[in-house]
Amino acid sequence: MVDGLVVALIIAALILAVWCGITALQNKPTDDPHLYGLAAVEVLLLVQVAIVIVRLAQGDRPAEFATFLAYLILVPFALPIGFLLSLIERTRWGSVILGIAALTLAVLVLRLQDLWGTVGG
Amino acid sequence: MAEVRPTNTGPGRVLLSVYGLFAVAATSRAAVQLATKFHEAPVAYLLSAAAAVIYVIATVALARSTPTSRRVAFVACSVELAGVLVVGTLSLFDPDLFPDQTVWSGYGSGYGFVPLVLPILGLLWLRRTRP
Repeated sequence: MVDGLVVALIIAALILAVWCGITALQNKPTDDPHLYGLAAVEVLLLVQVAIVIVRLAQGDRPAEFATFLAYLILVPFALPIGFLLSLIERTRWGSVILGIAALTLAVLVLRLQDLWGTVGG
Repeated sequence: MAEVRPTNTGPGRVLLSVYGLFAVAATSRAAVQLATKFHEAPVAYLLSAAAAVIYVIATVALARSTPTSRRVAFVACSVELAGVLVVGTLSLFDPDLFPDQTVWSGYGSGYGFVPLVLPILGLLWLRRTRP
């Protein structure tokens, strides 16, 4: 994991979550701008995942490798699934769902960083 | 004519999403635990698997929103609430019983207490959407 990227990723995910929260409070569903924001976060995430995959291929092994792999495989799906559900639920509750997806992403990235910490760097 | 009150739209869809999330999380966790280190803490890991099954049942039942599935969801949420209360209490008083974390240890403290709040919200939602 790249520390700077992890921090940026978590902050970006939290901003997206707050943004969705505000949209929900305004009683509105998600809209195109949310999709652009989400895409930006997802790109950051995929860069991070790609870096981790390269490091794993080079032989780095984090603690609880199986758990780490499970997180790594599932984490890219959080935002797309959240957005898909927010498209089905065209009310404020769709915005809540995408917000929860963004929060989930932040937590998952934190967990990944935790496990990766044992590798160093 | 009884009004049809679906459990799977509006706030219900949010609830359903979080249930789905926990179904995936608990299932993956139980799968990893059972596959890689079952012998270390069989009770904790079997419990993880049981919790996973309950989350999956609750998710499907809430999503289907038929009279039967409402009853199934009610049972699943009740079992879940009982589970988190019993396991949470046991894990505080007799930590040796659960040497490794489960979703329900410490009333779900490892998961931001969501496992404790979720069944309560589920039961409240079922009551609110009662036909």
